[in-house]
Amino acid sequence: MKMTETILLDHGSGGRASQELIKNIFLPQLTNPVLACLEDSAIVDTAAGQLAFTTDSYVVDPIFFPGGDIGELAINGTINDLAMRGAKPICLSLGLILEEGFALDDLKRVILSIQGACRKADVPVVTGDTKVVPKGKGDKIFINTSGIGLVDRGIQISGKNARPGDVVILSGSMGDHGITILAQRAGISLQGNLRSDTMALHRLVQQMLAAAPGAVHTLRDPTRGGVATSLNEIAEAARVAIELDESAIPVKPEVGAACEILGMDPLYLANEGKCLALVAPEHADRLLELMRSLPEGVDAAVIGRVSEGPAGRVLLKTAAGGTRIVSSLTGEPLPRIC
Amino acid sequence: MKYVSEYRDKKFIDPLVDELRRTIDRPLRIMEVCGTHTMAIFRHGLRSLMPEGLELISGPGCPVCVTSSAHIDGFIDVASRDGVRVAIFGDLYRVPGSHGSLAKAQSMGAQVEVVYSPMDALTLAEKNPQQMVVFLSVGFETTIPLVAATILEAERRQVDNFTVFSTHKIMPPALSALLGDPELRLDGLLCPGHVSTIIGAAAYEPLAANYHLSCVVAGFEPVDVLQALIMLARQGREGRAEVENAYGRAVDWQGNLRAQKLMHDVFEPIDCQWRGLGTIPASGMAIREKFSRFDAEKRFNIRLTETPEPKGCLCGLILKGRKNPADCPLFGGRCTPLNPVGPCMVSSEGTCAAHYRYGRA
Repeated sequence: MKMTETILLDHGSGGRASQELIKNIFLPQLTNPVLACLEDSAIVDTAAGQLAFTTDSYVVDPIFFPGGDIGELAINGTINDLAMRGAKPICLSLGLILEEGFALDDLKRVILSIQGACRKADVPVVTGDTKVVPKGKGDKIFINTSGIGLVDRGIQISGKNARPGDVVILSGSMGDHGITILAQRAGISLQGNLRSDTMALHRLVQQMLAAAPGAVHTLRDPTRGGVATSLNEIAEAARVAIELDESAIPVKPEVGAACEILGMDPLYLANEGKCLALVAPEHADRLLELMRSLPEGVDAAVIGRVSEGPAGRVLLKTAAGGTRIVSSLTGEPLPRIC
Repeated sequence: MKYVSEYRDKKFIDPLVDELRRTIDRPLRIMEVCGTHTMAIFRHGLRSLMPEGLELISGPGCPVCVTSSAHIDGFIDVASRDGVRVAIFGDLYRVPGSHGSLAKAQSMGAQVEVVYSPMDALTLAEKNPQQMVVFLSVGFETTIPLVAATILEAERRQVDNFTVFSTHKIMPPALSALLGDPELRLDGLLCPGHVSTIIGAAAYEPLAANYHLSCVVAGFEPVDVLQALIMLARQGREGRAEVENAYGRAVDWQGNLRAQKLMHDVFEPIDCQWRGLGTIPASGMAIREKFSRFDAEKRFNIRLTETPEPKGCLCGLILKGRKNPADCPLFGGRCTPLNPVGPCMVSSEGTCAAHYRYGRA
């Protein structure tokens, strides 16, 4: 077999391979000042104000999993990408790519779940599209959603805005979604209650912004690549260092146990209902308290701090008392051998 | 997490670090043989806690890392054949051979399945009778009995579309070969915990005796590692070279006799090529003639072609503890976990991957 350069699964992992694709293939051809920001959503200045715009595709396998399904994920994920720029989501689009032979009952189930997620979030789907591909040319159902939101005047949330002294808050336990999917794929059933954490976070964000305007510098939902990769991206964008305290990072016991068995590090696992907030230190206590009072942030915790440098470095103080570097995810997380 | 978090608790770690510091009275060069140790030491930040004078070097105990590129090429050859689906442990996915990896082969149409147990590969074969499922097996004594049990099960269930491509290796011959190198100047071995559950602590007695080397079997949690290092330091201080077991909750003196029997029933020793170490007599485990219908190399008539190590790559010397990753001109530049040149970078338990992920400061 002749080996040519091809797309590998790693290119979709959200880690370094994805970044290389963006840097080497997409940006050179498509770049403009808005795209080049590389944030969760773009902010476009219009006569009506600041518009947030984002798009995301969902190809999760299995499509139904404990705690959610591909439909709910597609709604919450795109709402969260808007929320991470401080935007109030206005509306969504829904594009479906269906594989010939996909059970209509399953499609109905996904659409019902989309309906539920939209109602819960109070954000409607206002336009849509459907395509069908021959059997074997897709995998049951792929979903694309785009979203539009409005950002209030004066709100400036960006990965670039993290500054030394900022407190790093994680809105809840880490790794729930990623490990649920991996355990399902591996066919490993574990005691306890592994569930995806898929959840829309825009209300949490709006309350935080209302409570302490200007105190929230950076928001990021650590989806693919996990907390480790998101914090590396922030540290690089803001030219700061970040120091984490391992024993302060909330990980559910069942998630920790599954990670031990599957050889995974929860720092690299996807979350679908959590955000990282980097906030001014003088407002950190109040914001943490507020987050904990809301259903989306019950388990929120301060997990670290931003420091002066070296720029781009994320350090972890381990539970054992040592320190080490936390790097970005490189490719798809692979289970270890022994 | 009950029964794990205790072993990582600063409250227990701090006194052990103090004791280690107090015990060491001379420079000690210790090799952690096993890749899981290398990774655990980095992941828990233990390197930052090590007292001065204690040098930890990584050994050849990452099974993926010591798999020769000839074997990887053989794996890709099998994976690329019509009607074949290969099953692998995840670590093998990105390992480069002389022209590409299984990840690349998959992107070109090969069917590659990541499994968690060889038994999953057998199940895959039963579910896909029209395909030949080949388990590309890389591993030490920890893995070999599982594969042996799977082959016996395949025989019992009369599954004809399941084979194993065995590149299994066993630890003691490799350690002997390594320790014969006078330049290594080792004072002690942190012996692998998982492998020792099978072969027992007694397996290291010849090494301790022949090379006057302190050997301590260690578990993988910070407390285990520190306890073992203290025992090694104590041996150094007292001039002893003995085998001791710091992992009593999993390892005993004789090991798992049933697993050992299983391994030898199905496999037999064979000379084997280790990446970086060359061919070591009787260090591989090949499928016995009696089970040859489960032997992928025979069924597919695979011929392994020797390939040179990639130019500039120091994996060979790193696996022998002679060089550090930072000494390699490719490290972090041309060779990263995403585009690994050598195997020590690709396996999550490889020395270079550990240094790359956790060590650069």
